[in-house]
Amino acid sequence: MVNIIDRRRNPKGKSLANRQRFLRRAKRQVVDAVNEASGKRKVADVAGGEKITIPTDGLHEPVFRKSAEHGVREHVLPGNKEYVVGDTIPRPPAGSGGGSQASPSGEGEDEFTFTVSRDEFLDLFFEGLELPNMAKSQVKKSDQLTQQRAGYAVSGSPSNLNVERTMRNSLSRRIALRRPKGNEIRALEEEIDRLERSGSDPERLRELIDQLRLKKERSRSIPYIDPVDIRYNRFTQVRKPVTQAVMFCLMDVSGSMSEEMKGLAKRFFMLLYLFLERRYRYVDIVFIRHTHIAQEVDEDTFFYSRETGGTLVSPALRMMSDIVAERYPVADWNIYAAQASDGDNTPADNPHTNELIRNVILPLCQHFAYIEVGLAGHSVRLPSDLWRLYEKVSHGQAPLAMRKVRTQGDIFPVFRDLFTPAELKR
Amino acid sequence: MSKEPLFRGSDWDYRDVMRVYEAVERIATEELQLDVYPNQIEVINSEQMLDAYASMGLPLFYRHWSFGKHFARDEMLYRKGYTGLAYEIVINSKPCISYLMEENTLTMQTLVIAHAAFGHNHFFKNNRLFQEWTDAEGILDYLDFAKSFISGCEERYGVSAVEQVIDAAHALMGQGVDRYPKPHSRNLREERDREIERIRYEEQTYNDLWRTVPGAPDDPLRDYADPVAARRERLGLPEENLLYFLEKRAPLLEHWQREILRIVRNTAQYFYPQRQTKVMNEGCASAVHYYIMTRLHEDGLLTDGAFMEFLHSHTSVVMQPDFDDLRFSGINPYALGFAILQDLKRMATQPTAEDRQWFPQLAGCGDWVGVWQHAWREFRDESFILQFLSPKVIRDFQLFSLYNEASAPELVVAAIHDEAGYRQIRSALAKRHDLAYIEPDIQVVDVDLAGDRKLILEHRINDGATLEKSDAQAVLGHLANLWGYAVKLYEVDAESGRVINEFPEVAPGNL
Repeated sequence: MVNIIDRRRNPKGKSLANRQRFLRRAKRQVVDAVNEASGKRKVADVAGGEKITIPTDGLHEPVFRKSAEHGVREHVLPGNKEYVVGDTIPRPPAGSGGGSQASPSGEGEDEFTFTVSRDEFLDLFFEGLELPNMAKSQVKKSDQLTQQRAGYAVSGSPSNLNVERTMRNSLSRRIALRRPKGNEIRALEEEIDRLERSGSDPERLRELIDQLRLKKERSRSIPYIDPVDIRYNRFTQVRKPVTQAVMFCLMDVSGSMSEEMKGLAKRFFMLLYLFLERRYRYVDIVFIRHTHIAQEVDEDTFFYSRETGGTLVSPALRMMSDIVAERYPVADWNIYAAQASDGDNTPADNPHTNELIRNVILPLCQHFAYIEVGLAGHSVRLPSDLWRLYEKVSHGQAPLAMRKVRTQGDIFPVFRDLFTPAELKR
Repeated sequence: MSKEPLFRGSDWDYRDVMRVYEAVERIATEELQLDVYPNQIEVINSEQMLDAYASMGLPLFYRHWSFGKHFARDEMLYRKGYTGLAYEIVINSKPCISYLMEENTLTMQTLVIAHAAFGHNHFFKNNRLFQEWTDAEGILDYLDFAKSFISGCEERYGVSAVEQVIDAAHALMGQGVDRYPKPHSRNLREERDREIERIRYEEQTYNDLWRTVPGAPDDPLRDYADPVAARRERLGLPEENLLYFLEKRAPLLEHWQREILRIVRNTAQYFYPQRQTKVMNEGCASAVHYYIMTRLHEDGLLTDGAFMEFLHSHTSVVMQPDFDDLRFSGINPYALGFAILQDLKRMATQPTAEDRQWFPQLAGCGDWVGVWQHAWREFRDESFILQFLSPKVIRDFQLFSLYNEASAPELVVAAIHDEAGYRQIRSALAKRHDLAYIEPDIQVVDVDLAGDRKLILEHRINDGATLEKSDAQAVLGHLANLWGYAVKLYEVDAESGRVINEFPEVAPGNL
């Protein structure tokens, strides 16, 4: 006897749990790999980068096995063409000679390339990071589920029955199938009654009785309401924001910023942008770039335009506070800002900047991150104007974080550092 | 006599599979006298096949990252086209489960049914090793128990705590089998029930007071003249099954940790016969499918086209590339097993003078089915090759043996396929299929339970091949974690008993 079972509809991905465990196990290596890659590759590639090479360290499964470097063995091989007993063959170089199974002592493993999906990748990439001090909500989650009408369904609970739609379906079905109406039957019955009383036209009477019988049968076989008519209201769950946040990205594109420095700044913002897009559903992002004047720009302009000019920091800060006043009421919005600059400012502007950051911007913000970009060669440099100014403002107290970035390799660690919640920092 | 073919196209539905199954079954039972467990055929798709691959081909298995790793690797190789998928996976259970891939043509399904549902199935049911060491009836229940037990542990003690134990147990899996029968129960179903009963009993009868009772004052060891010998006897040393030893004797393990070791050990033991009979098992299945498909074709039940399709996949499965071929990756168990069985059939029916000289009891006996049945029942790869590898097969494969001394710059051809070489090649090939010889022989030889509790292990070397160092060191780390105290491994020469190498003592980390 044989039993045939179709398992194709069984859930696939029975290995999913194992795969997740594997990823969790590999996470340190993956994060290291990403960290290293982010120093080499464009950050934009990171989002699409799905192939990771990780060393087997930590993923290697050791077993007791005999070393190929010692001892005496006798191998048996197929396909002898010319050898006779006593012939010698030079030892093939290690690693060649056909595949892992040919080697007499188990398999060797090298670095292991495997593919993670984009989602898995970004999850790992940003795991554990979050915007600090999301305070203007009761819960930390940035959204909540609510019910919303979404058309009709053929199944559901009685309380969701949609009577109107059900009756409409029933009516059209009755019309389409020509179910006799009540008054037709009543008219027939009356006529039959009349003919019976008069007894005049028996031929016609028989015909009418037949008709009546047919109609009654028909109305019995076509019910007034059929299960196929019934419709229920369908609801779906939609996410509704309960916490709103806005991130201001302020970038200095003045003449003192070299292309390389701008590159570093842009990379940082790119990472920030990916992070926000990935982790938060309702975060507005405002891009402001400034030279001696500040401009609110769209994403493309922010990342790709090459305009330049003199340096003033205060216009950018002022513009930010204006936008907040106009569009993002402080009571409802969590306000964040990240500023990237080389730290140069026109000396005359410093008092303005000081005033603005101390009394206007920082009181608005949940968190303000300042990234000072510099170049690797210029390490012996006095602290910049802006750095000293911000340092004085912060005193380590205000929601102001300051970091320096000199090479591409610094970006990811600095980013992680800025957005790792304090309780997770070691 | 020509009948209507079973099918013409390549598409299939259940009725087709049923019809094919019945035709195959008739030939298998009537002509080959196969005796099989009830069959269960499951249709799956390629992704599920990859899933099944990743958990050692088992339908349900506990969760562990290394299965995910294998899945990731297999998937990558498959997606890039480096490897195809096996056409089938078959499980040694009762009922015997064979997986069919939905993508296969009906010809392939016929082949798979003949190969797996009858060939492997018969082998599982009748081979002595499987009968002695595995419990086809209980395995599915046991796997189910193992899975839920381990996920229960994960809930109670955390995934990573469980993972550490499984990692360590997996590292020792090769040393987790009994190579020789011991008198203990083999019924996995009972074992599961007993385990459940044991837990329940302990929970019901737990009383904290017992901890406070002082231990027995007198040391039983004191009476013995030689305390070392007494201790070794009491611990059942030497012990080659490291997992068994740890499960029973490791002083610091929690009950659930012991149970996990037991699960891994039982799994290792369950697969041990399969590892010892690769050549025979695949040979049996290949010979069976070849015979059945040929007979179906002769009876007119297979069209010429379907038969050609079958021959194409059959020949690629049983092909043996030469050693200097790029495709070469060792001796192909399908090829070797199939060739030996076909040769046995030939010897039984059309013997040559050489056969009469080499296999007097077998040559010309005519009952080739009986010869096959006997071989399938009584042997494992090593003894099978030693017994039945004939000069003809050695010539057909052009086998030769190479003497490889690791310190020498060159390999030496020790024997070729000629009169002088047959026996040497045969015994060398048999030896290469002897797991007990290939795998390192590592035993627990001593432990001082009253003293520092250091565990002493010995690797007995008989071919000069010491252990691969970094791996061994890592496994010793796992071992020390399970044992809870320091572990020391010596490598000694099996004949002289001389210590050749010793590994630095490994202290446990934290488990």
